[in-house]
Parts: sequence; C-alpha cells; structure tokens
Amino acid sequence: MPDTPLSTLQGWGRHSARGRERFGEDLERISSEVHLSRGLGRSYGDASLPPDDQPDVLNTRFADRLLGFDADTGLLRAESGLALSELNRLFMQRGYFTPVSPGTKFVTLGGMVAADVHGKNQHRDGNFGDHVTSLKMRVADGRVLECSPERHPDLFRATIGGMGLTGHILEVEFGLHRIPSQWIWQESRRIHDIDEFQDALEEAAPNWPYTMGWIDCLARGKTMGRGVLMTGRWADPQEAPSRPLKRAFRPSLRFDWPAWVLNGFTIRLFNELYYRKQWRQRSSGIVNHESFYYPLDAIGSWNRMYGRRGFTQYQCVLPREAGRGSARRVLEVLTARGGASFLCVIKDFGREGRGVLSFPRAGITLALDIAVRDDTQALVDALNEQVLQEGGRIYLAKDSFTRREHFEEMERPRLDEFTAIRDRWDPERRFRSAQSVRLLGD
Amino acid sequence: MRLAILGATKGMGRALARLAAERGDEICLLGRNSIDLERSAADLSVRAGGGSVRLVPCDLEKPEMFAPAIDAAREALGGLDALVVTAAIFASQEELEADPKLAELLLRIDFSNTVLFCEAAKKALLQEGGGTLCVFSSVAGERGRKPVILYGAAKAGLTHYLEGLDHKHCADGLRVVTVKPGFVKTSMTAGLEPPPFAGEPDAVARRVLGAIDRGVPVVYAPAPWRLIMAVIRALPRALMRRLSF
Repeated sequence: MPDTPLSTLQGWGRHSARGRERFGEDLERISSEVHLSRGLGRSYGDASLPPDDQPDVLNTRFADRLLGFDADTGLLRAESGLALSELNRLFMQRGYFTPVSPGTKFVTLGGMVAADVHGKNQHRDGNFGDHVTSLKMRVADGRVLECSPERHPDLFRATIGGMGLTGHILEVEFGLHRIPSQWIWQESRRIHDIDEFQDALEEAAPNWPYTMGWIDCLARGKTMGRGVLMTGRWADPQEAPSRPLKRAFRPSLRFDWPAWVLNGFTIRLFNELYYRKQWRQRSSGIVNHESFYYPLDAIGSWNRMYGRRGFTQYQCVLPREAGRGSARRVLEVLTARGGASFLCVIKDFGREGRGVLSFPRAGITLALDIAVRDDTQALVDALNEQVLQEGGRIYLAKDSFTRREHFEEMERPRLDEFTAIRDRWDPERRFRSAQSVRLLGD
Repeated sequence: MRLAILGATKGMGRALARLAAERGDEICLLGRNSIDLERSAADLSVRAGGGSVRLVPCDLEKPEMFAPAIDAAREALGGLDALVVTAAIFASQEELEADPKLAELLLRIDFSNTVLFCEAAKKALLQEGGGTLCVFSSVAGERGRKPVILYGAAKAGLTHYLEGLDHKHCADGLRVVTVKPGFVKTSMTAGLEPPPFAGEPDAVARRVLGAIDRGVPVVYAPAPWRLIMAVIRALPRALMRRLSF
C-alpha cells in the first residue's frame, strides 16, 4: 500500500517524525522494500524513526512466533517482534527468565538486540547481546542470512547495538537463564551523597546479581546525589510466597499532562517523598519481580506525564578510569544549569559488550529523565562536553539531542569500525534512520 | 478438545490457536503455505510446553481439497470435536470497485468457498456424532454499509448460511458458532485509527474459545459490538444514506 498517507511516528520520549509503518506477520515478505525496522516504539529518541526522505518503516510487532525451545539448555529461537512481556508470561512459570532485562517489558527481541540493552545485572551478566547465539537478518542487498560469532561475525557484532542500521533483524536465538522463583529478595539502603553511591555500588557488585540506585537529582551541595540503593537476587522457592502473581490493575494516562504540572516544585516534592519513603537506613523483603524490574510499567503511557513536548532521557557512562567523583561532576553540570530531572538512575557496569557500538563499558552510568524545554539542547550539549572530558559516551537508544561532532568525538575508534562494516554490507546506505542522519551524517 | 483450525497463522486465528494450545487442546492446523504452517506449529508447540501440532494442507481457493483435508485432520487428531474457520480475505470497498477480479476472488473465498468448506465440515462433524463448527463472519454483514458493501455482502450471506445450518442440525448435535468481530487490532487493521471499543486479538480469542466450549450460537467480539450493531441496524435508511460508515 504505497499510497497510504504519512502519519506521525513517535519515540517513547515523544520525539516524532512523519512516516508510514508496514505491518504484517511475514517479515521476510514485507521487509524487502523497507529499510528500517521498529518494534514497540520504546527507544526514547529518534532511533526507530525514519529519515525525512525515506518514510517507510517495517513494524515487527506482529511477527512474534516462538520457533524452538530446548528445555535443557534454555536456548530459544523466536521471531524478532516477540515482546519481552509475552516471553516472561510464557517462561517465568516454567522457571526461565531472559538473561538480561531492560527496565520495561514492552520491548521486542529485535529492539533488545539493536540497542544491546542492559539491566540491573550488567555488572555480572553483561548485555543482552552477550547471550545471543545467532540472528537471522535481511541485509541491504536483499539477501536473507544467518549471522553469529562464527558466520559473518562482522555483521553480527555490528548488529548488536547497531540501532537497526545493518539490516532487518528477523529472528533471534539466545539462551534463557533458570530462575528458582518469580520473586526477588530485595534490600534497599539509604545513600547520603554521590560519592558514597559510587562506593556502595562497587561494594554491592560482587555480592548481588542485581543492583541499581535512584538519585534525588535536586539535592545540592553536601547531599548531592543522595538516594536509595536497591539490590536484589532471586528468592529461593522456600522464601517465595506460594500465592501466584496477581494480574494487577494497570492504570494508564489517557491524555497529555500540561507542561506546568512537572515543575521545580512538584519534581522536588516527588524526589523528597521518594527519599523519605526509605526512612530506615536499610530494609529488605520479598517483592514481586514485576515491581522490582518494571516499576514504571505499572502505569500505561507514563510518557504522557511530560506533556506534548515530551522528554529526553540523558544516559551516559563514565569509565572506571575517570575515578570517584566523575558522577558528581556530571550532576554538577545538571544542577548548575538548574536542570531538573524527575527521575534519575545510577548503576555500575562491569564490562564492555561485544557489539561494535554497544553502549556499556566498565564504569558508572547515569540516566536522567528531563522534560523537553527551550533550553534542553543547551543542557544536553553541556552534559556531553562534561562526559567527553570524563572519557565517557552516551546511549543511542535514549538519545535525541546529541550533536554529531560530540558523538564522533566520543566514539572515534569504534565508529570507524562500524562505518567500515556498513561499507561492506550496505555501501549505498539504504538502512538509515532519523538518528543515523543526525549522528552519522547519512 | 481436538481442534482443527483453518487460518491459524495470522491475526485472531493465531491468538485463538495459542490460547487453545496453552490450555492443552490438541490442535491441527489447516492452511496453504506449508512453511508458514510449520512456523505456527512450532510456536504452538513451544507454548504448550512440547507435544506435536498436526498440519494438513488446505487452500480456500481449491474446494476439491476441503473434504480430504478435513478427513486428514480427523485422522491426525483421532477424531474431531471442533472445527474453526478464521481464514478470509479483506480489501477496501475502493480496491474492490477498482478491480473486478479482486471483487470476484473475495466473493468466492469469503462466501462460496467458505460455505463449501462448512458443508464438508458439517458432514464430518455429523459423522462424529456432533461437534462444533465455529466460523468467523463479521459485523460488516449486519447491515449494508458504504465502506463494506461487497465484503459485507459476502459476510451477510455467510451469516445467513450459518444460521440456517444451526436451525437444521442443532438437534443432531452440531453446534454452529458464528463469530462477528468488530474492530480488532490485528495486522490487517494496524495503522488505522482504532475506534472506541476496538478489541485486542487475545481478548477476542478468550471470548470465542468460551463460546466454542459452551456452544453459543452468535458471538460479538468485543462484546459492546452487539449493542453498537443493534443501533446501526435500527438507523433509518434516510440517515444511512447520509452517514459515511
């Protein structure tokens, strides 16, 4: 249907572009004339949005069949549109879980590969791509082929974390992990400032498979970076409640909140209350895996909270070599500019991923949700300059404001390799996105 | 339950087959594309936690295949409790008016051939001593409406046929379930602005499987479409001439 009119496509942060999605169950058939895939639209920025001159996008979400599962090894093969929520529904009760889960379950397998997503266990288990054994792809010249660490390893490595720019991901094969229950033993602990946070994450890493922290971004001076460190592990069957997981009521935001709702005062209030909620120095207990992994999934369309202009999530990683104090310096840039982040998350990374452009590397990551205002570009520029000084980089799955020159400086040696692989597999640059136009210049 | 489904690789048929497989029904898939059928069979098998799903080739364009395919499904399952038809083709009124060949194909597939398939299914189920024949018609068959004149006509004919079948064979143990989906968010409707009361395929599947279990003769899915269609059926002709739906 080439004549259907264009409509507005959006990333999760409400960044938008004019485009046209092709839907269907049979990806092999409908992927031949289109040169960008998107799934559930959960990347925050413009990674899944088409460039202006090439509006057609393949939407994979109806291609969601499981194609094979080995109960002994946990190896699973599925079409790339399968949602993590469905995977969890089917496999958790059988005692299997994705080796790596991002902070929302409303993502497709294809998206998890393209962004090489990480989760609370990054310091121990790496990224999702580290657990992928094989990918079926349609590449720019029209061929459908299988790639893996052995077959077409360059394509395989560039596709993991490659934001969809190497071809369509049609099928994904990866290993599920065994889990003892569907419940998490969680321990929360109050943290008093940002440097303590960096130390606390480092100390927790060898003892806990899952760690992450929430930061009150508005606290300044001595208490800058205060927050709550959350650590967890799967509960043993003996510890876990015997009652089944309830299907909780899931409210949804039906309309865009006006921009004034999230202002300095309400953001301060929310952050203060969240910090006070953890009134004990330490607390622990059994929690449902959903509230541990996917707290924000409890509210449908929560991105509407930021109003029509939306928001951007600024996520960077600061390498270990930058040392203690690196996170403080980045937060100082934010607070000095009066930037208010509604939600701020901190987490340590253990090792670099296997993808050519995978985001994580050993160090500390900060993720800041920032409502889009007139000065957002200037704020992101300032943050990027600080991140460059620390030797860090940004996460493409979240980005919509970074300038090309900043990105090139952050990624110089890796970007050359990525470009060389694209030259081999897509010399005419058929596969492009709004993000690739912005950051790679094509 | 031993269930044979024609059209289970896509949309609502896919959702229905998954629900049935996950609760442990024995399933046989009928369809024309063997690669597609195998992929769906693998999907259902993983969801069911193992076990094999049977496959039988059958093409709605080829009526001579119907009776042998249904017999093959019966044999594969060792009997048959229910037969479901969700396969059909859809095209917009503009496309159909512009292309008489496409219009002919749609009328043949969605009406004549579906009815012929049901005739063969009826025979097989009566030989089994009864069973359920569940066929997806549409709310489009409820009233002649501008955007679905041809498609609606085929579905109206199908609905009438199924009603007659129910009247004639209910006493023989044949349960005919006519499904009338309203707007359901499948790949077919993706990209269109969903109206109020648009349904998810999973919810439709739950409703239809419940109706198959209980032998409910007519199912609207999602449920509010029963009321919506009652209102649309009651609208005066003068108004229908002006409205665009």
